[in-house]
Amino acid sequence: MIVDMKPEDIVGEYQEATLTYCDGKSRKVLYTGLETPYPDGKLIVSTTTPDGIISHVNRAFVEMSGYTETELLGAPHCILRHPDMPAAAFKDLWDTVLRGEKWQGFVKNLRKDGGYYWVKATVIPNVRGGKVVGFTSVRRKPSRSNVDECIALYPTLI
Amino acid sequence: MSYMFTVSPDFAPDRLSGWYIFNTWLQKQSAEAIHLEMYNHYHDLHQAIAADKIDLIYANPFDAAMLVREKGFLPLVRAKGESDEAIIAVNADSNINDVADLKPNTRVAFTDDPDVRLMGMIMLEPADLHAGNIIPLLSDNHVLVAKHLLKGEADVGIILAEAYDNLSGMLKKQLRILVRSQISVIYHSLMIGPRLQSRRDDFQKILLEMDRDEKGGGVLNALGFSAWQRIEDEEMEFMIDLMDTLNT
Ligand SMILES: Cc1cc2nc3c(=O)[nH]c(=O)nc-3n(C[C@H](O)[C@H](O)[C@H](O)COP(=O)(O)O)c2cc1C
Repeated sequence: MIVDMKPEDIVGEYQEATLTYCDGKSRKVLYTGLETPYPDGKLIVSTTTPDGIISHVNRAFVEMSGYTETELLGAPHCILRHPDMPAAAFKDLWDTVLRGEKWQGFVKNLRKDGGYYWVKATVIPNVRGGKVVGFTSVRRKPSRSNVDECIALYPTLI
Repeated sequence: MSYMFTVSPDFAPDRLSGWYIFNTWLQKQSAEAIHLEMYNHYHDLHQAIAADKIDLIYANPFDAAMLVREKGFLPLVRAKGESDEAIIAVNADSNINDVADLKPNTRVAFTDDPDVRLMGMIMLEPADLHAGNIIPLLSDNHVLVAKHLLKGEADVGIILAEAYDNLSGMLKKQLRILVRSQISVIYHSLMIGPRLQSRRDDFQKILLEMDRDEKGGGVLNALGFSAWQRIEDEEMEFMIDLMDTLNT
């Protein structure tokens, strides 16, 4: 499981929260109010195993998350979970992709340095020879108006 | 038996003769009779694919899913180090400095090149623009997209990055790049259809050695490529999945 976030990794003033994941384990996260803008023209891509363990990340993923590729590969994808994200969003994500369908939504992600970034994510099952061998998420730059809607909506779902 | 080879209609016009030279070279190397048929429009290409006329195709990534999943095509090679990228350009004098400045009813010029249009539209999404709230200006080629910008007939243009980079210096001076995609995992691929698949390994070998072949190097040059690079089946599947996420 992933370890607690460390104060020495954090840039700026931070708050603390303890997240409990769906597998029952918990982790202390440290988060700041610093937003990293989504880079124009890039896609942030990752692939997981069928149970959500990261198996591939592209360069933009590494740059935006602040983790090294080594830290990311083999970690559960909830390493990026931000305390402001409602659990219902991820339940919907998993319910949808486990049905074999495509999920799309807006996600606030937590960086290793405590900052955050918003993405518009599309997650699909990777089907090979009729079997689901993993899931891939491709993120793109969200519009400000979509992000503002989520900022208003998500607290009501927590 | 004679086979049919075709190239996605978004080929650069100045590479047309290169593709004919390539076909001649490939016939000699493979000892197969291959006829090259060039289509000017995707509509005609898609009809030929639907009628199972095509055996070999240099395909746009947009068509890859259909070719693999519905028509049983398999990947051979891609141009080494090349990928498809798109540019959002404006007139150099435009007061738009950021995609986020764009408003509904923006006039967007593009060609019918499907993957470039898809990448371009994704780069316009941060302004809440989509097919339903832009004024589209379908253009015959990328130079005409640039000209629409110069004449003030379009507010932004979606242009294949390679085509943009090859525009004349005079044209480029009057344009400005708003965003250049850096996706790097979307590319054209040479694919082989069911009737020729027993020769897939031979074709792959011939193509991978092409840059070291006496004549082959010059033929690649005529296509603007340095060498071919193998595409693994999983790489192709990954690109198809990626296109699928972008198509939503
Ligand atoms: C392909 C894929 C990509 C995902 N990407 C993210 C992500 O970027 N950020 C995130 O918080 N959760 C992401 N998730 C969801 C996590 O697996 C997890 O459900 C979520 O972080 C909430 O944690 P929990 O389900 O353990 O409570 C992704 C899941 C999949 C299958």
